[in-house]
Amino acid sequence: MSPAAAKRLDETPAATGDYIQLLKPRVMSLVVFTGLTGLVAADTPLNPVLAAISVFCIAVGAGAAGALNMAWDSDIDALMRRTRARPVPTGKVSRGDAAGFGVVLSLFSVMAMGMAANYLAAGLLAFTIFFYAVIYTMWLKRSTPQNIVIGGAAGALPPVVGWAAASGHVPLNAWLLFAIIFMWTPPHFWALSLYTSGDYAKAGVPMMPVVKGAKSTRLQILIYSLILAPLGVAPAFTGLGGRLYGLVAAIGGLLFVGFAVRLFLSKAGDAPTTGEDGLYTERPGSKTARDLFAFSLAYLTLLFFVLLLEHLVSRL
Amino acid sequence: MSQAPLPFNETPEAARARRRRSWAIALGCVAFVILVFVITVIKLSQNAIIPQRY
Repeated sequence: MSPAAAKRLDETPAATGDYIQLLKPRVMSLVVFTGLTGLVAADTPLNPVLAAISVFCIAVGAGAAGALNMAWDSDIDALMRRTRARPVPTGKVSRGDAAGFGVVLSLFSVMAMGMAANYLAAGLLAFTIFFYAVIYTMWLKRSTPQNIVIGGAAGALPPVVGWAAASGHVPLNAWLLFAIIFMWTPPHFWALSLYTSGDYAKAGVPMMPVVKGAKSTRLQILIYSLILAPLGVAPAFTGLGGRLYGLVAAIGGLLFVGFAVRLFLSKAGDAPTTGEDGLYTERPGSKTARDLFAFSLAYLTLLFFVLLLEHLVSRL
Repeated sequence: MSQAPLPFNETPEAARARRRRSWAIALGCVAFVILVFVITVIKLSQNAIIPQRY
């Protein structure tokens, strides 16, 4: 460690909150929610304490992957407005400490999952952490504009892990939940990157708008949205979702495509992205991208919430 | 009587933060032991209630 970095660490000692921030609590909450939905949707009787421990393990595993991501990406995090306040680039936590924290939590979560649920769930959790930390963070993120498409698999696996924890196997319906999140990821993140692409360009991250331009990104968002909308309704036909789910998914899917068409016809991302814009700052022409980003979050949350609700009610 | 120097030449604030982190690690270790104990008890009780058939 350089004397300057050591001095900075000494001046701003890491608090417990900084280590919690390494776990990416906001991302973790969505992962916990989808993992819980997978666990409940499996419709397999499971001891409630073991179920709670399994969900806890998914949360800790997701947090561990986040810590490993922040340890590896601290150089580019320091360059982007959205990420430069994170504990590693600010010097509150060293890269080594963040990496050690991530490795220890990874081992802990996988081991506990193996004990509480089964080895299939533990193996899938380990694979999820590996995929996010190694395949996405260390390899894809800096090398291809398809980074979040392929890397999205890591974010799509938690319901499969939850399903495996409850039942010990992963049928087609579990992979259907995976497919919904997998297809949802590109339109969600590319909508975000359409109005933060200046940040990504500055850090040298080849996000789609940086490499292929805004117009191509808007077209690809529309294509993925057209695939996602029917895929979202599919659980209503496989016995996974009920009538309410089918209705919500159909209306949500139509609105999703509507927002994507509106974005495709707009000039979002065309304006120069210099300056100090924040994550939710509205630049000229970027409102449509911001709207799709916000709606996509609500869409996925609602789909999984209705699915969770239907399966909980059916158990009463 | 002069105050004993802090280890590693750290500032009082850094020493307090280090102690808090040490406590967090200790609590984490205790929580892990409890977790393993709870899992073991539940797993054992699940096996124990399987009726023996002869």
